[in-house]
Amino acid sequence: MTVEATTPAGELMKLSMGPQHPATHGVLRIVIESDGEVVANCTPDHGYLHRSIEKIGECVEWAMFVPYTDRVDYVCAMNANLAYCVAAERILAADPGAPKVPFRAECIRVLVAELNRISSHMLAVGAMAMDVGAYTPFLHGIAQREQVNDIFERLCGQRLTYNYVTVGGVAFDLHPSAPQEVRAFLDQLEREFVRFNKLITTNTIFRDRCAAVAPVSAKEAVAWGLVGPNLRGSGVDWDLRRDEPYGIYGQLDVRVPTGQAYAGRKGVVGDCYDRYVVRLLEVRESIRLCRKVLDLLPPAADKPNDPVGGHQADVSKLLRKPPKGRVHVRTEAPRGEMGYFIVSNGTKDPWRVRVRTGSFTASGIFHKVMRGIFLADVVAVIGSFDVVVPEIDR
Amino acid sequence: MSALAPDAIAARVQAVFPNVIPFRSENGEPWLAVAPADLPGVAALLRNDAALACDCLMDLTGWDLKGYPAVPPSDDIAVVLLLFSMAHRHRVQLEVRAPRAACEVPSVSGLWPAALYFEREVFDLFGVTFRGHPSLRRIMTPDDWVGHPLRKDYVYPSEYHGVAHLREGQRFEGGPNRGSAGAAGGTA
Repeated sequence: MTVEATTPAGELMKLSMGPQHPATHGVLRIVIESDGEVVANCTPDHGYLHRSIEKIGECVEWAMFVPYTDRVDYVCAMNANLAYCVAAERILAADPGAPKVPFRAECIRVLVAELNRISSHMLAVGAMAMDVGAYTPFLHGIAQREQVNDIFERLCGQRLTYNYVTVGGVAFDLHPSAPQEVRAFLDQLEREFVRFNKLITTNTIFRDRCAAVAPVSAKEAVAWGLVGPNLRGSGVDWDLRRDEPYGIYGQLDVRVPTGQAYAGRKGVVGDCYDRYVVRLLEVRESIRLCRKVLDLLPPAADKPNDPVGGHQADVSKLLRKPPKGRVHVRTEAPRGEMGYFIVSNGTKDPWRVRVRTGSFTASGIFHKVMRGIFLADVVAVIGSFDVVVPEIDR
Repeated sequence: MSALAPDAIAARVQAVFPNVIPFRSENGEPWLAVAPADLPGVAALLRNDAALACDCLMDLTGWDLKGYPAVPPSDDIAVVLLLFSMAHRHRVQLEVRAPRAACEVPSVSGLWPAALYFEREVFDLFGVTFRGHPSLRRIMTPDDWVGHPLRKDYVYPSEYHGVAHLREGQRFEGGPNRGSAGAAGGTA
């Protein structure tokens, strides 16, 4: 809902929201100038979490950068690992002797990436509900994330920063009980989904609260560089897993949900509620992809670098002297396009590692969409864009 | 609606801007070299031409050529624009090289508002001034930070407002040239 500011400029109240604010998902500071209850100006202030990850990328060896990618976005570290590894493999691919990632490793990668997408989205929708005042859905969301963390802990020993996907494959093979565990989790999640939707998605108060708040049109979304669920929430039918497939996504027939003014008569395409619903629909799709990839999973081979049943191609020699050149590879992380622009000068350290993340451009549109909305909606907007601050600041 | 091949894109741009030179990197990635003065025109052409229609700025970033084995050697700062057309599904990579002493490139934020943030980041970390940007401020580092960290000749500061970055006797282990003889990665 847009309301015109009535007080003349100069009589605005300045309000600093954050950096330690529970609803800003990390240390994001937003300076708001408000006219009563209405936001007149909003200026995000970034940099509190800047760890110069791109500079670190120039100072460490190719394979040593993978643990740092965990810290680019720790809510979906698997996807962050994967994005860098796919880009590094694209650099290596220029070498005629470059080995291919084993098929089993590709399946495991999709499996962990989609599981991490589920856990990231469940946290995002839960946190958004909490931001607008409904506490319980957050607990249901985090309970699902907890189960994914349990699976990952058995897989690689970590619960937050996994360092699991490596250049050329994955660090460890699946533990023998993993397929059953994942299937049991997915069945349970589908049942939980019904409960979650009853609790919050179809809740009239929540729906009306988010309907028509901060809508972004499809054209604006593309021009402002929105990506992922925020772009699809605006009705743009675009998903890198389907449209620019990497790994084995090309074989998986990914279905892409888009925003359709789900809030009904009161809603418009691209409002907060659409972005919320698109995330939930993506969880559905990820459940389907996980099951599909478990069906494709070939049995483990004895040799780790077996082209079918292995889990790690031998790239260590190649990483010491990779081909020269540059690549730009983008992958679909839960918060949208995670793009790596890498320049290699043919030595064991990358020359330039650039990470483009979804939250960075999402926070770039804040000052535009927040003008004229109610102060209480600011948190709903931040929640609906699902910004994760380490991803903005890197 | 059909994707154009990199050569066709280059030819279409060159027909209007003959100074634009198409290149391929060592691993075959196509890119177009654009002079800073040509950038606003080339960008507008790519954005508005019906057959090119690059409505999406995927990324705008930079990289430092100082010390890179480029032919011919150069110490310019390169600004890279990664464009994509949602309608035609083709991508274009532009590279604008600016001398590091007078690093100035026209802003493209009028064409793609996404560039507002990207350009602030490149300004902050590479020290490239984007002419025409409405609010070119630092974004990652504090406003009073000295230097541009992603330049290859960046000197690590020893302290910030009286807070030392290193313990006594400690030194920075390495910079971009870690491991090569005699290259300390900036001990300030």
